[in-house]
Amino acid sequence: MIVHRAWHWWIGTLVFGAVCVLGVALGTVSLSPMQVLAALTSHAPAAVHSIVVTLRLPRVVLAALVGVALGTSGTTLQATLRNPLAEPYLLGVSGGAAVGAVAAMMLGVSSALWPLLAFVGAGVAVLLAIGVARGAGRSGHTDVRVLLMAGVVVGAFANALIMILLANVSPNTIRGALWWMMGSVADATWYTVAWLGLYVAAGVAYLVAYAPEIDVLTLGEDSAAGLGVDVHRATRRAFLASALLAAATVAAAGLIGFVGLVVPHMARAFGLSRQRAMLAGCAIIGATLVVASDLLARVVIPPSELPLGAVTAVLGVPFFLIQLRRMR
Amino acid sequence: MIAYEDVTIAYAASASPVVTGVSLRAERGAVTAIVGPNGSGKSTLVRALLGRVPLVSGRITIDGTDVAEIPRRDLARLCAVVTQREDTTFARNVAEYIALGRYPHTGAWGSAAAGDSGAVSAAARRAGVESLLGRVTDELSGGEWQRVRVARALAQGGDALVLDEPTSFLDVGHEMQIFQLASSLAESGTAVLLVSHQLNLVARFATSMILLHHGAVVATGAPDAVMRGELLERVYDWPLVVTRDPAVNAPMLVPLRRST
Repeated sequence: MIVHRAWHWWIGTLVFGAVCVLGVALGTVSLSPMQVLAALTSHAPAAVHSIVVTLRLPRVVLAALVGVALGTSGTTLQATLRNPLAEPYLLGVSGGAAVGAVAAMMLGVSSALWPLLAFVGAGVAVLLAIGVARGAGRSGHTDVRVLLMAGVVVGAFANALIMILLANVSPNTIRGALWWMMGSVADATWYTVAWLGLYVAAGVAYLVAYAPEIDVLTLGEDSAAGLGVDVHRATRRAFLASALLAAATVAAAGLIGFVGLVVPHMARAFGLSRQRAMLAGCAIIGATLVVASDLLARVVIPPSELPLGAVTAVLGVPFFLIQLRRMR
Repeated sequence: MIAYEDVTIAYAASASPVVTGVSLRAERGAVTAIVGPNGSGKSTLVRALLGRVPLVSGRITIDGTDVAEIPRRDLARLCAVVTQREDTTFARNVAEYIALGRYPHTGAWGSAAAGDSGAVSAAARRAGVESLLGRVTDELSGGEWQRVRVARALAQGGDALVLDEPTSFLDVGHEMQIFQLASSLAESGTAVLLVSHQLNLVARFATSMILLHHGAVVATGAPDAVMRGELLERVYDWPLVVTRDPAVNAPMLVPLRRST
């Protein structure tokens, strides 16, 4: 564990800024940073202005918001469950959210309400997973390993439900749904950015407010109770806020796995441990990681794009395996 | 002062009780020790104090008030508990870890109350872990870790301290440090409730002992009254004798070999 230093924040912010500039500049049509700047100050040709302001900038901002949400959701779930392998995707939260979002799409609900239905799906998935873990554990104890397994099973069940939902729709819809299930910020609009921004702001503010309580929860349920924390209520609160954040990203950008797993480990590698600092660190690292992954997805085989969720999974799975080895 | 009044505990409504009709008092200025074989209900009593297991009947009070009626944070300010096990998944700086003991004193948004940093350094000094403040929790030895945990409980403040098997896995030197610390805390007015398997050390340091067997109290009183050979032999189901240790003038249990 290295010592946390103040300049880490500056480096992190600079790297994030640089990745964002690259994210706006690079693509099928590459622009220079000066052209990007000109477009932002509206001294640019209409085509460049349109590429920057209506295509790439909302895409980069959306990717950053997704990263903030998944990073903060991941660190909260890991701390609350005292499990370095916890994250919304593996716990079935994202799967549940996907069922909600697919159902919303098929019912023709306005896209601003997709996060709410995704949240309902995520909430049901969380409660199911907790219920299974509680049922299996000793009275008053939640076995985190069982919870992780329950999450995986709930996720598989969610996948099955999505397949059933999609069984009778047109091939076009399936193509769209498939692309979306692999995660993408390609269709970002300022409208999507605006509503995801609202959900992320609310969710992160809530987690920041309750961060000291989550710090105490990392000691385990009995010790947390001894320090005056209502363990069940605090766990539920942390779970629902994390689920809301994960659900909102699923509704906006589809299933993007492993970001919530990888990001908190990177933040801890920078010496962070207090939950408020972790939230700030995970927000910056998460945003950087998703913007960079999206950039990678665009530039590897232009003009085609790789699915964003596939890129994060390719980066995240080896990381997960390394962590799993370390746990033994 | 912590008092258990005729406490019966079952993990589920239908299950048979794991603790039956236990009454005990941990007075200020004394070390009160709960002893008994594995599974005799010692830790269950501690968890009941924390509200982690429901009481079937009876009540637990602190200074006469039922703990069920005390808001959790207020309870945490009155009584600190070092539980038997603690999760160590995520390492922290030791000073930051001890400061978690100040959680019940923090205001809205977790802002530190006046005197918090003073309380942390005072607790570290008292537990003898000042030199560890700059270290990280996953680098500590077993003995250092237990003392740091006690320091966190001391930072919590309050007049009552519960230690659930604080010396498991510790060598004799570290064990003695914890027992001496418990005893000196009691001398300065704290009510110390100690759960331990170290009968000989308990007999030396405790003011009174409670012997549990199958969830019920089978003996209680001063160490001399509880440390009786035939009683302990029956409870622990092993041949033993109790002599008197002349060096420290305390009863001493010596387990014998069982004839096969």
